[in-house]
Amino acid sequence: MATVVCPECEAEIVLDSEVEESEIIVCPDCGVELEVVSVDPLKVDVAPEVEEDWGE
Amino acid sequence: MKIGFLYSRKRVEEKLITAALDERGVAYDRFDPRELTFELDGTSPGAYDAFLVRCLSHTHAYYLSRWLEGLGIPTVSPHQTISVCGDKLLTSQALQEAGLPIPRMAVAFSPESGLAAIEALGYPVVLKPLFGSWGRLLAKVNDRDAAEALLEHKSTLGGYLHEVVYIQEYVDKPGRDIRVMVAGDEVVYAIYRQSEHWITNTALGGEPMPCPITDEIVALSVGAAKAVGGGIVAVDLLETRDGKLLVNEVNHTPEFHGARQATDVDIAGKIVDYVLDVAEGRPQ
Repeated sequence: MATVVCPECEAEIVLDSEVEESEIIVCPDCGVELEVVSVDPLKVDVAPEVEEDWGE
Repeated sequence: MKIGFLYSRKRVEEKLITAALDERGVAYDRFDPRELTFELDGTSPGAYDAFLVRCLSHTHAYYLSRWLEGLGIPTVSPHQTISVCGDKLLTSQALQEAGLPIPRMAVAFSPESGLAAIEALGYPVVLKPLFGSWGRLLAKVNDRDAAEALLEHKSTLGGYLHEVVYIQEYVDKPGRDIRVMVAGDEVVYAIYRQSEHWITNTALGGEPMPCPITDEIVALSVGAAKAVGGGIVAVDLLETRDGKLLVNEVNHTPEFHGARQATDVDIAGKIVDYVLDVAEGRPQ
């Protein structure tokens, strides 16, 4: 398990050790979607917003 | 053999596909479309036998599949499929020309002619953007007041593509539609998407339920997949109250995490097996 800090609200978020790069997690405090931009070192950033051309 | 796996976000689907690739001992590299740049000088991303394209963005998928195919690297799904499926009008045209039953639809290029087309079809109609997914920006237009307002909003607030009026007859469904995944000429699974709302996308709360794979479902969905260009697609079928099936839409990058509730099929495994077949030279 590892901890990151939410860039939006500074809450400490405990992440599963199996978290993967490019995965999306949700900050349990402020609800913002975060993208895991790297796993070594572990780093998250606010995830891109849904664009009009996204989907299936 | 080596596969390129193109995706930006690692959703449940990408995790399952990655696991299926690992289980089969397939050599692969992940590419993030947000980090890719290319020139049209023939420089290749590497010696790949096929690319699985699962970009969130249709725009990324559209241009990257074309680039890769230009280098002789087959993509799943093919650029043609991505191109047709990304545009609801091109999809309708392809399905119609393949002789498949589709909802009655009309197209117009101005609010005034759009209103005339809507009234010729008769209320209620479904107004859809040409480009879009996950049930976004769909409108059930019940009367002239709503039609006038929506058409004005589209032409004023949207970009030029929103000025294209694409409408379909409203199909009174029995509280569900049918989602069928096809890989090549094989149905991978079929599920009902049940919802009390007329929009049944699982993205908007539609509940996946098992659906028997009938001969008719096979014929329509495989036919639709072939009509748009092949590959791995998700075909959406509408049932009328008297049991007739219509082909509504075809999606080029199907999600399937919800479908797992309603089918035991190893969906990710089927996807990877199909990609490996394409990598070995199978035509799509």
